[in-house]
Amino acid sequence: MANCIVDKDGVKRYLVTVNVNGSDFTKVVKANTLLVNFLREELDMIGTKKGCELGDCGCCTVMLDGKAVNACLVLALDVDGREVTTIEGIADGEDLDIVQEKFIEHAAFQCGFCTSGMIVSSRALLNENPSPSEYEVREAIAGNLCRCTGYVNIVEAVLDAAEKK
Amino acid sequence: MYLPDFEYYAPDNIAEACKLLTQFGEKAKLLAGGTDIIIKMKKEVLAPEVLISTKNLGMNKIEYVPGKGMVIGARATHNDLVKSEVLAGKYASVSNAAKQMAHNQVRNVGTVGGNISNAVPSADLPPIFISLNATVKLVGSNGERTVAMEELFTGPGKTVLAQDEIITEVVIPDQKMTGSNYIKFGLRKSGALAVVGVAVAVQVENNVIKDARIALGAVAPTPVRAKKAEEFLKGKTVSDELLAEAGVIASGECKPISDIRASAEYRTDLVRIFTRRALRKAIDEGHV
Repeated sequence: MANCIVDKDGVKRYLVTVNVNGSDFTKVVKANTLLVNFLREELDMIGTKKGCELGDCGCCTVMLDGKAVNACLVLALDVDGREVTTIEGIADGEDLDIVQEKFIEHAAFQCGFCTSGMIVSSRALLNENPSPSEYEVREAIAGNLCRCTGYVNIVEAVLDAAEKK
Repeated sequence: MYLPDFEYYAPDNIAEACKLLTQFGEKAKLLAGGTDIIIKMKKEVLAPEVLISTKNLGMNKIEYVPGKGMVIGARATHNDLVKSEVLAGKYASVSNAAKQMAHNQVRNVGTVGGNISNAVPSADLPPIFISLNATVKLVGSNGERTVAMEELFTGPGKTVLAQDEIITEVVIPDQKMTGSNYIKFGLRKSGALAVVGVAVAVQVENNVIKDARIALGAVAPTPVRAKKAEEFLKGKTVSDELLAEAGVIASGECKPISDIRASAEYRTDLVRIFTRRALRKAIDEGHV
């Protein structure tokens, strides 16, 4: 690859540019850098959580070119030149997104660890399908585990956010 | 959980990818969606020294090509299958099989080629593809070849792919089958592997079964056909008793193991029931 250098220890490092929440970030990373670690460690965006790190829990959900994906299963190098939206990019400055407002209104979290992923998955759903059925909401967050079992409030919050759009 | 170190290449074309696979041999692995390989690397089941990303290789279209059939690019994601209108119009059964896999986040990145080349016995796509007599196009350093999906798998995690070969597309040929269906049983609705998966395709004319193909997943080291049940059905008039009997025959043809998800006995009985139900759905509702 063209954008590759070898550091003093003989390890290859690669130049990568990812657009996160509307801004391009260029970094030099090792090939084994996962998107979730790129966000948290290179960009200090720690809103994206690390749960199981095996693609089961959905805590690290971000949007990649508008689609919900697990950031723990994607290499930073594989998303070179693509657009990522994290929980930090859901609100418009100080103004919360309607999904975030409804999560607060419906008390749709307890410990909050799953919330980043839940909100990103919900936003991805509503972008694609502005008025989903309850089944479609449940389907969309099926890859997001909430161990406080707050699912009922979460589903209500998303449905409420959809109706208000 | 961090990944071990490896080198990364993202070739711009298939020829270059094949060249890299030849150059690095067993040290290299091809990376598509990553939803299997990254997890195996984290669990230290795999430790490739080189990952060759397929991200620049395209191959993600799903299109109907007259005279050839339904052509599905190997890098099409599971959600591409779910959302494809051209596929839904002709083989909704394939879209529905894809929809039963994993969950949304994984379906958005996991690919058809990855699902097939991993050769996991419980994979959801191979049975429905086998029932529809699909073929797989493999491209390597020495040219390309076409293999029947049914003959691709040689054991758990094993296929006939050579080290330098890449799956580029799956083709569902034009066919006389009038209906097809895949039924999966998982321990939960989302994110569960198939305990049993049964795919059927049937050609029915005037309520008589002219042809049938039944493919079973997760009940043998590879996806397998229930050929005795297929033969039994041919030429017979559709009835509940007939389909029930086909289910009994199919359950006698599978060789499941007992594992953490289910016992062999339970899986065998699921094959009996699901074969009957999938046949009924394919006969009554077409490709669903």
